[in-house]
Amino acid sequence: MEWGLRGAAIPRQRALRLRLTSVIGFLALWSLASGAVVVFKLFNPIFLPGPWLVVGDIVELAGKGQLWTHLAATLYRVAIGFGAGALLALGLGLPAGHIRAVRNLLEPVVELLRPIPPLAMLPLFIVWVGIGEGSKIGFITYATFFPMFLTTVHAVGQVDPLLLRAAQSLGARPRQLFFRIILPAALPEILTGIRLGVALSFFVIVISEFIGAEHGLGYLINDGRNFFLVPQMLGAAVLLGLLGYVGNGLVRAIERRVTRWQHHDGAAA
Amino acid sequence: MKIRVQGVARSFRVEGREAPALLPIDLDVAAREVICLLGPSGCGKSTLLNIVAGFLQPTAGRVLVDDAPVTGPGADRGVVFQEYVLFPWLTVQGNVEFGLVLKGLAAGERRDIARRYLELVGLGPHAEKYPVQLSGGMKQRVAIARALANSPSIILMDEPFGALDAQTREVLQEELSRIQRVEHKTILFVTHSIREAVYLADRVVVLTKAPGRIKDVFAIKLPEVRDRFATEFTRYESEITRVVKEEVAQVHQ
Repeated sequence: MEWGLRGAAIPRQRALRLRLTSVIGFLALWSLASGAVVVFKLFNPIFLPGPWLVVGDIVELAGKGQLWTHLAATLYRVAIGFGAGALLALGLGLPAGHIRAVRNLLEPVVELLRPIPPLAMLPLFIVWVGIGEGSKIGFITYATFFPMFLTTVHAVGQVDPLLLRAAQSLGARPRQLFFRIILPAALPEILTGIRLGVALSFFVIVISEFIGAEHGLGYLINDGRNFFLVPQMLGAAVLLGLLGYVGNGLVRAIERRVTRWQHHDGAAA
Repeated sequence: MKIRVQGVARSFRVEGREAPALLPIDLDVAAREVICLLGPSGCGKSTLLNIVAGFLQPTAGRVLVDDAPVTGPGADRGVVFQEYVLFPWLTVQGNVEFGLVLKGLAAGERRDIARRYLELVGLGPHAEKYPVQLSGGMKQRVAIARALANSPSIILMDEPFGALDAQTREVLQEELSRIQRVEHKTILFVTHSIREAVYLADRVVVLTKAPGRIKDVFAIKLPEVRDRFATEFTRYESEITRVVKEEVAQVHQ
């Protein structure tokens, strides 16, 4: 329940209809605009193809079997890059949130590097590791590490000290405190950080695929620019949007599962 | 003696200066005794409880439990907090089993013990619920069951019913009194309420205003099952009220 929202509660079906109307309305406006360009000869219609052309282009690419190669290349880089970033962020963030000495050791370096926009580091990655897979994957790992590390440190540091006291007086030793109290108490916020990381990895993969890639959705966009294939550019963009949407949905589903306890807010019997 | 508080004092650093919160306290608590600590706000009664629990170190003196000095929190001293402090990601059952899981008890045995204590506090049918689904009174019953299931010999209660409405509060006092007649724990109970103290305690220890020291100790010689309207009860109540009022009045001067 969002209390900041105004307006009376809407039945589920009606809410769904409203949401559907929004999507269809958007597509209709887009079609209308590109139709108007053709009819009134406003500018070369190649710049604003209608949604049907974009979908047609995606279907055509899929038919030629190329789409899967590009999708797979992007997904592979994101999976490995994000996975490594998450492992690193949790592996360093959990101890940094829990142990003061580790935090004092890690935080200054992170705070020093964090304000540098990750994009500024991309050319350096290419100089260091070359234009191959290494720099693309490494770049995602680098960019996604920071938000996930910081939310993990914060989540662990925010655990209610009374929970720790309660567990200690039930006999919990330090190890048990960490695994049975700190970890589950910090999990919701850690997952929010992971969701940020997923979104960010789709954000930065495109840019690294602009440079020296032969496959991938980012490559499709850049290739489309070189050859004026606007439907292909928009198609790849739409697919990236869909991938991000699905990725976000996946993490949310995990979140809902592991934080079931927050959502049983029915009335007390 | 079950608990020996020997010259325990505590000060806190406030704005760079050491401010005493608790002046040296001596108190012996016998096994199975219920002691209520009473005193004006900020008199250090919760500080004393936290020292016995092992959450705080005293600046002077020591606490002995079964003749061994307290160095930190432990499973021999169960704690019930005013804020309930249930583990929100565990069900009611999971909360009550928590200490037993730490001890490495088998699942079946844990379940039986947890069920028994949930029945004792009247929450048998709510075992599968999560804490967010419970009212304040129910949460505190879970917290009491969780403390008892771990079978500590001592239970420390820090204004456990302070956040509850008056009716729920009296019901829980009655339940605690009933449970104590079965479980025979040694209980140290911090409260603001004189009625609550007279209802539950074998001895009521009244602390002075901050920095606290023991002002007076009242042995409550009433039957195990107490009647809040009995003449004897109200006599204790007014006698203790008079002593507490002197302190509260000084706080407001």
